[in-house]
Amino acid sequence: MEMEMEMEMETQKPFQVDVGNLLAFNPFHNFSSLPTSRDELVKECLEEGTKLIQAVADGLFNLPSTEDVDGPLVKLPPPATKLPREKHLPKPKPPTKWEEFAKKKGITKRKKDKVVWDEQTGTWKRRFGYDRVHDDKDIPIIEAKMTDEPGEDPFAKRQDDKKKRVEKQEKNRLQNLKQAAKLGALPSHVQLAATALPITGTQAPPKKVTKDELGNVAGMAATSTASGGKFDRKLPGEKPAKKQGKHRKFLPVVEGSGIGSREKEQTDNVLNKLISKHSHEILNIGKAVTMYNVKKEKKARNRKNQEGKSSSTSNKLKPKKQLHKKAAKKGPESSKKRKAK
Amino acid sequence: MSNNEQTLRFCSSAIMMRIKTPKNGRVRRELEKRAPKLVETGKKTLILQGTKTSGTLNGVLSEIYHLKKGGAVRFTRKNDNIRPFESGGEASLEFFSLKTDCSLFVYGSHSKKRPNNLVIGRMYDHHVYDLVEVGVENFKSIESFNYDKKMAPRVGSKPFIAFVGEGFENVDELKHLKEVLLDLLRGEVVENINLAGVDRAYVCTAISLNKVYLTHCALRLKKSGTVVPRMELVEVGPSMDLVVRRHRLPNEGLRKEAMRTAKDQPKKKIKNVSSDAIEGTIGKIYIPDQKVGDVALPNKAKGVKRERREAKKKEANERASKKQREESE
Repeated sequence: MEMEMEMEMETQKPFQVDVGNLLAFNPFHNFSSLPTSRDELVKECLEEGTKLIQAVADGLFNLPSTEDVDGPLVKLPPPATKLPREKHLPKPKPPTKWEEFAKKKGITKRKKDKVVWDEQTGTWKRRFGYDRVHDDKDIPIIEAKMTDEPGEDPFAKRQDDKKKRVEKQEKNRLQNLKQAAKLGALPSHVQLAATALPITGTQAPPKKVTKDELGNVAGMAATSTASGGKFDRKLPGEKPAKKQGKHRKFLPVVEGSGIGSREKEQTDNVLNKLISKHSHEILNIGKAVTMYNVKKEKKARNRKNQEGKSSSTSNKLKPKKQLHKKAAKKGPESSKKRKAK
Repeated sequence: MSNNEQTLRFCSSAIMMRIKTPKNGRVRRELEKRAPKLVETGKKTLILQGTKTSGTLNGVLSEIYHLKKGGAVRFTRKNDNIRPFESGGEASLEFFSLKTDCSLFVYGSHSKKRPNNLVIGRMYDHHVYDLVEVGVENFKSIESFNYDKKMAPRVGSKPFIAFVGEGFENVDELKHLKEVLLDLLRGEVVENINLAGVDRAYVCTAISLNKVYLTHCALRLKKSGTVVPRMELVEVGPSMDLVVRRHRLPNEGLRKEAMRTAKDQPKKKIKNVSSDAIEGTIGKIYIPDQKVGDVALPNKAKGVKRERREAKKKEANERASKKQREESE
């Protein structure tokens, strides 16, 4: 704080005046003897203060002034006394990847108009927004090119392409902001928030629990009590737990007979299964083939073992002769086996 | 599908991030107001109190709040966990400063050991920068002054500030107090000021080595012969004696960083130039050693001259002989 405008007063001692702050400092005054009463002290202080303020006012009122509605307006000089800042200096924004590329290539920005001439309708349309110039939904025909695949929908492809472009742009924007945040120059209205913790190893990301699942949790916990949660005190608004397990349906006691009779249907189903009335539907061909193949492989393996081992042991480990017969009669036999099971 | 792929790619590298921007214009403007600026205008003040306060202290705090009505926030509840001079006791203060966007604070407390205690502090980047602890004595509130109410200073006008006393220059604590009081009392930093609107002044006098008498006065501008009016001070506002108790200066590194302004560029040292009081600016020129053998001589050697003369003669002869031949043909 050293801007000294030397104002020589009667005392011939200079004050330090800072007009920018409307500040005046007299470093040479001292009370040789403290005044006895408070009033005198106050009076002396005010006198000294008046002198200083007069000095500032001299400087202030002599500045060039412009006439304003309320009164004369003066332009203050910048304050001479340096005081510490309250926040750090703002760091300049680092150039984005596109800006760096543009500088390298010498690409300059061009001013774009809000309305563009639309050839199709012959009017001036917005560049973006409602009823815009090159909207995807306004294209009536897309000509097929040699490079197009036959089964592809070009309109859907256009929409997908646009989506991909938008996602790429968002990703780039995020990367630019991350770079700026790293240098401490994030714009004041933007915040980067972490949405998920980093995934380590084979941990799956924490699943978000739905409202319904949360509602069932209390009920599930209640089943571990001795009485299955039947007598637990419930909170206000808590719904009773939904019944877990199979829901059995019982037929009504009195019901008319006829086409819609349910009991008749039930018994019919069971009987048909037993007699295999629709036997051609019952056979599972895939399963039959698999079983046959497995048996065949087993037989082949046993025969190999047989050749390697002695005859005495082979008596007990004779291959089953039935296999041959079963192999011949594949169809009905296997179905019979299924029924037996 | 592609969305899933992209998210997976992020997961493998780092934390997944989302850009948050305010959806409201009002919120956006508030955030921009709080962002660090190149040139700073006023600082806001936070006025709060500790576990116990006395009557005088309550009066002091409310009057300071009135004086700084436009740019001050007043908390009225007691805060037990704020101890500015202890290392852990500043966390609450920093949090409040962050939330209210205040970089000056005035914390009042009263105890037997330190009666009527005021801690005035400043923040840099919402961390405590420096502190001054003063005790308040002989407090006189606004009501106790009799003055013509028409002269009362209006809220928010820029004040004149006067410091009197050699103590402010010589004593460390008073120097620090002077800086802090200046920060506290001056209002917004403005470029233009209306001369009709200056109506208040603060006078701080160093009474002894650790006591300062602070008073707030209204200004009366009286006609004088020149453009500059004659100033008259009338005490209106609170007046008090401040006794400096403790103070904490900022770290050197932090101070350097906080004092930096945008215009401050590291001065480029101009080499080989110095200034003398008598002779003015002096420059030094360094001449490298002369290499006597390599320098081209200014005077051409006699031998060279002779050669040129003979060459010229030959030419002239040849031309003459040519002409003779042409003439003869």
